[in-house]
Amino acid sequence: MAEKGYKELPIGGKILQAGNSVRYETGSWRTYRPVVDKEKCINCLRCWILCPDASIYVEDEEMTGYDYVHCKGCGICAQICPVEAIEIILESDKDKVKADARGIKPKEVEQS
Amino acid sequence: MSKTLPLTGNYACAHAMAQIEPDVVACYPITPQTELMHKFADFVADGKVKTEFILVESEHSAMSACVGAAAAGARVMTATSSQGLALMWEIVYIASSLRLPLVMPLVNRALSGPINIHCDHSDAMGARDSGWIQLFCENSQEVYDTTVQAVKIAENKEVLLPVMVCFDGFIISHTTERVDILEDHEVKEFVGQYQPDHPLLDVDHPVTYGPLDLPDYYFEHKKQESDAMKNATQVVIDVGKAYKALSGREYGIFEKYLTEDADYIILCMGSTAGTAKAAADDQRARGNKVGVLKLRMFRPFPADELAQALAGAKAVAVLDRADSFNALGGPLWGDLRSALYGKCSVPVSNYIYGLGGRDIDIDMIGQVFEDLKAGKYSDKAYYLGVRE
Repeated sequence: MAEKGYKELPIGGKILQAGNSVRYETGSWRTYRPVVDKEKCINCLRCWILCPDASIYVEDEEMTGYDYVHCKGCGICAQICPVEAIEIILESDKDKVKADARGIKPKEVEQS
Repeated sequence: MSKTLPLTGNYACAHAMAQIEPDVVACYPITPQTELMHKFADFVADGKVKTEFILVESEHSAMSACVGAAAAGARVMTATSSQGLALMWEIVYIASSLRLPLVMPLVNRALSGPINIHCDHSDAMGARDSGWIQLFCENSQEVYDTTVQAVKIAENKEVLLPVMVCFDGFIISHTTERVDILEDHEVKEFVGQYQPDHPLLDVDHPVTYGPLDLPDYYFEHKKQESDAMKNATQVVIDVGKAYKALSGREYGIFEKYLTEDADYIILCMGSTAGTAKAAADDQRARGNKVGVLKLRMFRPFPADELAQALAGAKAVAVLDRADSFNALGGPLWGDLRSALYGKCSVPVSNYIYGLGGRDIDIDMIGQVFEDLKAGKYSDKAYYLGVRE
């Protein structure tokens, strides 16, 4: 998409369309990434409430992983998790840790 | 129908504000602005105006509240001086960058330190690159008239920039003069109903103010701001003409006093222009062809118009009521020399004067005219009225 020139842009840096943050892909900022162990997770959804980038997927009242396109890796979810189900790993180690595209770790039985 | 009242500059400004009746005023008191807001608070307390008057805990909060209210869609004013403006600093730039048409009387006072409560222009000069329009007043009448005009200038859709109405602390703010004021309804009709663009309170059309603006867009928004400042010159002229039709009093970007045939011209701003006019009268009585150019609009800087107005002079002196501490000269002088470069080869000398409220009188300005006549010139500033 070609960026607009100063004559076309709304003045003052205002954004006139609501809900545009979804188009700002902040996931590339990440140094660390969260991964979740759903065996431990109790679906209290504190991570969903506190995530500053609305990057926690929730379906049918269950936490179902991360939106890595927007997650900045701030680690708030891991800090707030009451059952220590969330681990923060180095982004560069992501291939060493088993987890799916949404950051869900495989079940223990499958690991052994 | 107008009526004449004995008013200080502060009271004249408060009367104008009451007649404009902004939606929101957020303010913190500071000498010498205090009695301006005191008087305006009286108008609010007496029920004369319905303005939402917010007392805040600092000037940083005052400007922040003004920015918030203006983004919400309100017509907003505040006022300050010196350290108050200094404390507002980061939000001063945000107001102009968000293109919010605030109006702020700035009762000029020297910046600390050493601490001083009296007049110079160091506070306004510090904000000269902040994206605010800056208009300077010579007396209480001009304070009243300029405050009313400032609203219309700021809110013009080709401008949408905040305006500082600058007037000299104590010299104007605390001196009682005759001031002709308009009827309330005349002022209301002149400024009209404010029509904000994209107000935050229009909840059916949600917008974002102040999002992160990175290297891919920030530059474009600054160019828009720069163009708006360029547009402001014509708007200041047009609003001045409309105001003349209403009040009979004429305003433009500067006032020429005896300059048409003048060999020697002094350029200055604020109350000193009145003193300089008296000095010019003295010189004229002795047959010397001198004049005074009183600059009203310092931002935007009317470079082309000044070059034209000074083209016929043999020498010009700029009186600066602030030092730039650039080891060269004052800010007004620097801008004027830049404006004349390549257009007009008249020598322009510089006199820094009146810092911290040091008096300037007719004889001192008379001496500047004598210096011009004698060909005294330096490419560095002279300091007028400082003890050796």
